[in-house]
Amino acid sequence: MPDSPDAPVVGDPSATPHGIDGSTPTRPRPESLRELFLTFNWLALQGFGGVIAVTQRALCEQKRWLTREEFVDALAIGQVLPGPNVVNVALMIGDRFFGWRGAFTAMAGMLVVPLVLVLALTALYDHYSTVPAIAGALRGMGAVSAGLIVGTALKLATALRGNPMGVGACAALLGLTFGAIALLRWPLPWVLLALGSMACTFAWRRLAAAGA
Amino acid sequence: MIPGFLPALFGHFLVFSLLSIGGAITVAPDMHRVLVGEMAVLTDAQFNASIAIAQAAPGPNILFVALMGYQAAGLIGAAATLGGILLPATTLALAVSRWGHARQDWLAVRAFKSGMAPIVIGLLVATGWILTAQTPGWTHVLLTIVTAVLAWRTRLHVLVMIAAGGVLGALGFV
Repeated sequence: MPDSPDAPVVGDPSATPHGIDGSTPTRPRPESLRELFLTFNWLALQGFGGVIAVTQRALCEQKRWLTREEFVDALAIGQVLPGPNVVNVALMIGDRFFGWRGAFTAMAGMLVVPLVLVLALTALYDHYSTVPAIAGALRGMGAVSAGLIVGTALKLATALRGNPMGVGACAALLGLTFGAIALLRWPLPWVLLALGSMACTFAWRRLAAAGA
Repeated sequence: MIPGFLPALFGHFLVFSLLSIGGAITVAPDMHRVLVGEMAVLTDAQFNASIAIAQAAPGPNILFVALMGYQAAGLIGAAATLGGILLPATTLALAVSRWGHARQDWLAVRAFKSGMAPIVIGLLVATGWILTAQTPGWTHVLLTIVTAVLAWRTRLHVLVMIAAGGVLGALGFV
């Protein structure tokens, strides 16, 4: 693809993407590696039952380092590649701001303190996991964390408004993905391959037709 | 501990890393086969507890991998399993992310982002559904739905919602 016809034309203002990369001066960004570490550390410590929901909230709404569209982009790469999605997302975001040092700072921020905590909890777990109130509390927290993930999806769905495939096709793809994974329980790699290749081909044709 | 055990553990998790599309939990059945079966370094109960603790505790769920290594061989075991699962996946993610970012105006890169966006969001809804549907009963499904709406429509703090869920569960409502 190196001879792709749609390579950006230098000096053509219409080819300049808007709002990407924090290159605009008004766009907030982490001041230092320390801020990056502390942000990822704090959001990870709020992430009971998974960190995706709090990551989206902290980065897009509180810090405003990313738009919802950029978060979905990072998540898309994180999903199709192997590895823990949310750690992949942390790496990519850290890398955008501070290169590889940022990548590892963000990842360490997300992992180190929770790791110590989890190792400490292992000792307690054997004693308390059978206490009914504790088991009930964990169940309730689990239901809330599931709801947080769904709520994040609902918020991110607004990022689909400008999608070149159109709102109808996006809704259909979203529904098909949900049905295949949640209801039919098909294996993720095949679902990604089948629906993903369909969707990307369709998006390609729409973008090409729009003369972009 | 038998000699060569730690390198073998590390090697297994390097492979698991490259297989773990959709997150490390997707290769949990393979981890079970190796750790509880072939190597026999974990009991069934330890294996299940590793996943349960990492889900209940704050932080990314990937830490269940470290707990497995820890229960098998202490801190050095945790380093072997967590290091193994992270190294290939993070290297690949960084390389692909940089490649795509440098070519963000390419039609192929834009088509990938646009095409994958609804699928990624559908996957998030599916994840929430699977997490809540694995427990029998309906009250926690209701709690999940209420939380989803609150998280979507309000700025209520995440920790407030988690705490409320914990209290409701401890009192036996969920």
